[in-house]
Amino acid sequence: MGEHSAVIGIGQTKYDAKRIDVSMPGLVREAAQAALADADLSWKDIDAVVVGKAPDMFEGVMMPELFLADSLGAAGKPLIRVHTAGSVGGSTGIVASSLVEAGTFERVLCVAFEKQSESNAMWALTVSTPFSVAVVAGAGGYFAPLIRAYMRRSGAPEDTGIRVAVKDRQNALKNPYAHVKLPGVSFEQVMASPMLWDPIRYLETCPSSDGACAMIFGSERAARKSPGKPAWVHATAMRSEPTMFAGRDQVNPLAGRMNAKDLYAKAGITNPRQEIDCAEIYVPFSWFEPMWMETMGFAEEGQGWRMTYEGATALDGDLPVNMSGGVLSSNPIGASGLIRFAEAAMQVRGQAGEHQVDGVHKALGHAYGGGSQYFSTYIVADHRA
Amino acid sequence: MELVKSIVTPVVLDYEYVTGRAQSRFLRGIAEGRILGQRCVECRRVYVPARGACPRCAVATEEEVQVADRGTVTTFCIVRVPSENLSFTPPYACVAVLLDGANIPFNHVMQECPLENVRMGMRVQAVWADKKDLGPSMQSIRYFKPLAEPDAEYDSYKEHL
Amino acid sequence: MRDVAIVSFAQSTKARELRNEIEILMPVVREAVSASRLPRSEIGFTCSGSSDYLQGQSFAFVGALDAVGAWPPIRESHVEMDGAWALYEAWIKIQTGDVDSALVYSFGKSSPGDIAEVLALQLDPYTVTPLWPDADSLAAIQARAFLEATGKSERELAEVVARSRRNAIANPHAVVSGEFDVEKLLLEPYVSSPLRAHDLPPVTDGASALVLVAGERARQLCSRPVWIRGIDHRIEPQSLGARPLVRSESTEIAGQKAGVHKGKVDFAELHAPYSHQELILRAALGLGDGVEINPSGGALASHPLMAAGLVRIGEAAIRIMAGHGNRAVAHATQGPCLQQNLVCVLEGD
Repeated sequence: MGEHSAVIGIGQTKYDAKRIDVSMPGLVREAAQAALADADLSWKDIDAVVVGKAPDMFEGVMMPELFLADSLGAAGKPLIRVHTAGSVGGSTGIVASSLVEAGTFERVLCVAFEKQSESNAMWALTVSTPFSVAVVAGAGGYFAPLIRAYMRRSGAPEDTGIRVAVKDRQNALKNPYAHVKLPGVSFEQVMASPMLWDPIRYLETCPSSDGACAMIFGSERAARKSPGKPAWVHATAMRSEPTMFAGRDQVNPLAGRMNAKDLYAKAGITNPRQEIDCAEIYVPFSWFEPMWMETMGFAEEGQGWRMTYEGATALDGDLPVNMSGGVLSSNPIGASGLIRFAEAAMQVRGQAGEHQVDGVHKALGHAYGGGSQYFSTYIVADHRA
Repeated sequence: MELVKSIVTPVVLDYEYVTGRAQSRFLRGIAEGRILGQRCVECRRVYVPARGACPRCAVATEEEVQVADRGTVTTFCIVRVPSENLSFTPPYACVAVLLDGANIPFNHVMQECPLENVRMGMRVQAVWADKKDLGPSMQSIRYFKPLAEPDAEYDSYKEHL
Repeated sequence: MRDVAIVSFAQSTKARELRNEIEILMPVVREAVSASRLPRSEIGFTCSGSSDYLQGQSFAFVGALDAVGAWPPIRESHVEMDGAWALYEAWIKIQTGDVDSALVYSFGKSSPGDIAEVLALQLDPYTVTPLWPDADSLAAIQARAFLEATGKSERELAEVVARSRRNAIANPHAVVSGEFDVEKLLLEPYVSSPLRAHDLPPVTDGASALVLVAGERARQLCSRPVWIRGIDHRIEPQSLGARPLVRSESTEIAGQKAGVHKGKVDFAELHAPYSHQELILRAALGLGDGVEINPSGGALASHPLMAAGLVRIGEAAIRIMAGHGNRAVAHATQGPCLQQNLVCVLEGD
């Protein structure tokens, strides 16, 4: 049961702290039009549109996909707006793929975006009720204690996070869309950067970016007609767990592990470290790379940091991670998950230019959100499943 | 002619928040200087602050249990970045405290402790607002301060990491 | 296409709840799951609909997972839309073959903020929102245009109201119901002409949930499963000047794609938060005078925003389950002045 689906078009905007040169409609169109051009399609070829973004308070507009409908060519079409916290970009891709896999539509455009410069993301993340105490400042304040717990549990060397940051920031220099580019970035520079929420330093932290990412998913028929090389979807997976309950493991969440298991089972993968050629993983704070390596089954529990240390996740390693520079380099929150999916597909399609890894047959896209509780992942390959 | 690049449009919306029944009982306890946890009938775990439901079991947590106002720091971070809504001025230590009697830690702030001394396993004590300032709000607990007790064993709190 | 049926439905509505969203939602989810007779562990997928802005907090829907029992971890998604679209996402997921059943829920409290004002944020932030046109006034613009274009009168709007409130008497979930005299309704002052207070949706807090099951399993669980024979949704450009306001084009398309007229329609549950919109929707779906509209009382009797569309589908389903008709149309809407519409055709065995 279920039709095949493939990525047949990808478009991204240039990510930046403030895209003051475009309005919200302009931003989403930039990505959507690039995806249409990539697929050699026009607006009328699209059957349905999926929009994903994170909390609406980031722009100060309630359900902005409503006013954006016509700028996305959605008039007269079905439009769905997904919101699964930080993993939303991934969920957006998964919903779009599902619309094709269900046999309902031939070509589905999905766009995930954030224009958080228009509101105040730190404020939007910290708004709380009058009877509570606001102690946690933004996402970093929430995750720093978890990272400290990982460091304790794994015994990882203290500079593991710095190494991840240097790698991702060097990769970003090869990505024309990346927001944060630090030519000559070094270990010393990252280490010397201010400590924000101990143990997370400024240069180990994601930026706040404006941007949009668009992808077009097509049926097998649409993929065969498409000029570019399709990235065939082999599997998608979504798992969630509650934020807070007694005995919850937030460092290596069960939802993340089950998500990986579902994904590999569907894709027929038994040895992910061997069978997957590269991965785009949601790493908003450097230490999440070793942590997610373990959750995704690329490394044994407590050993993820070794992959970073050994250079396995470097661009020339045996499992490159975040070739694009990752979330550390560009972070329009609602789009970041879809960017992971897009960059993974670009690797399969040979579109990644300077940050292309040679000989990619199978790539993984990963997004997570909330209190490490929502996981959306997919696997794409250069051949149909 | 200069193009308009951006406009500022203030948004002001008033919301009346309702605590809900479980949180209301919890906050009334706080107003009396007591910390009331809620026990799940199925898994028997005690939740603080009250949320009305056990997320593991999806049942309402009706049974009230008073927990101590002292506990163990399970993990922490030092906040250095300022933000509009924060109740404290950085730098400060945000600590996850597992109160004695509770099965889940919650976040608060450590004061009266040099930042470099904050560590996992520390024993801490809630510092309450003056009696006249006590009210149905988490602000009735001003912060946590170190207790002169030996640190808790890692095993006693490691499941909460 | 796989056959997918609704096997249970539950709702809770009140004009103003002192419970919070999770406390409202939990018993509703519990009831829907228990009435479905599907073991919780067998539920393949969970999808919900809600809006952060109703709660005045980011990630407001995350707390709702507590009400659902997401342990061990579940396959789950969320749309920032009315629950009817969460049902659509779940239906699609079942069509892919990845899962065979789904729990769908939605919730919203309209009472914490001034809901008509909050909804002004749903508009173009650069050129329209700064004028702060509240939702009721926008609906009034549409109502005025409708009356002038069709030659219908305010009396007909009052008749929609009187009929809805009368139907609602039998609905335990209605927040407004009763016998109202059309003449007396017409003597009430305008809130935003030509609309009067009774032409507007009552501010309602609430939640709704239902369970979908595919194929034969539905018949094992439910003596009279209600099959989704067709489902489609469409959106129009938002700007009031860029689309016809007096007819609902997206509803016309969705109705046609969902196959409304592939059979006899016994009754319809139409999500019309404003009285004139019922007349627009009735015309868009080609429902003649013989078709009963909103036997539940509709959105004029109870309007838990973000859950109200799912309620229309659920109300239609339980009516079919109870034997009051065999084939019905359910409709959901969101966005200003019927901008986006979903149509669903339901049928008993």
